[in-house]
Amino acid sequence: MQLSPDEITVWDLGPVTLNATVVFSWLVMIILVGGAWLVTRNLSSGPRISRWQNLLETVVVLTRSQIRDITQQDPGRYMAFIGTLFLFISVSNLLSIIPGYSAPTGSLSTTAALAICVFVAVPVFGIMERGVLGYLRNYIEPTPLMLPFNIISELSRTMALAVRLFGNIMSGRILIAILLSIVPLLVPVVLEILGLLIGQIQAYIFAVLATVYIASATTKS
Amino acid sequence: MEQTTVIGLGSIIVAGLTMALGAIAPALAEGRAVAQALASMAQQPDESNNISRTLFVGLALIESTAIYCFVVAMIIIFFNPFWDYVVAQAGG
Repeated sequence: MQLSPDEITVWDLGPVTLNATVVFSWLVMIILVGGAWLVTRNLSSGPRISRWQNLLETVVVLTRSQIRDITQQDPGRYMAFIGTLFLFISVSNLLSIIPGYSAPTGSLSTTAALAICVFVAVPVFGIMERGVLGYLRNYIEPTPLMLPFNIISELSRTMALAVRLFGNIMSGRILIAILLSIVPLLVPVVLEILGLLIGQIQAYIFAVLATVYIASATTKS
Repeated sequence: MEQTTVIGLGSIIVAGLTMALGAIAPALAEGRAVAQALASMAQQPDESNNISRTLFVGLALIESTAIYCFVVAMIIIFFNPFWDYVVAQAGG
């Protein structure tokens, strides 16, 4: 039993081996980009819009309102990053209903990469909003004695983001694999439903936590 | 007892205990968090959205300690380096 799709090799090209994580990540990327391109080919701003445009508009409006609620700022420049995080994790967890598909977020490589993106984005947004000195003042904010604790908390919350997403998705996968060998009749279906729900909740949690970290680095006090 | 037996026995017992003990505190904490959130939603129904969102974020943070325990238990059962080592030694 494989702990993650990293160990399933799809194609061995000599110096590089393609494993299932990379291939399924590409599949999710193709679905997201291709779907968005297909929907936005003829956008209409009149009273009649296609249902797919309606769906995308709903997603965009909801994401913007959530970001505005949490950061208390204009969501313009954070929308691309947070929206991409949410859509990528949500679609890659949702597609696990397809047989033969293994969610790329069930591998520590993918979740660590996403967490490192958040770790880099927080200082970038903080410096864009408050300048270098203003951002660095954040670390000695209550008192300069808190400096080591602030640094440690930055590192540990990044690791926590990665392991939380990885643990939730991997545990769903392994639970279903074990149940298929014990009680294969109807119980794995119920747990698959729970796994899909947890996948969507974890996508929301990842995006909301990234927004909270960015908000804590960009508030002008 | 020989080495293989000791390592196998220790791994199984520790994996079970890790998961069992590690799930007690997060479950109690989540129960308290949900109870408090329901009480405040009853007191201020207008703020339900805000309270729900904060509740979910808090639950995810509390849940992560239980997930850490699960990941460690899985690693001990399926990807135990000590077990691989003694099996390789006993086989070779």
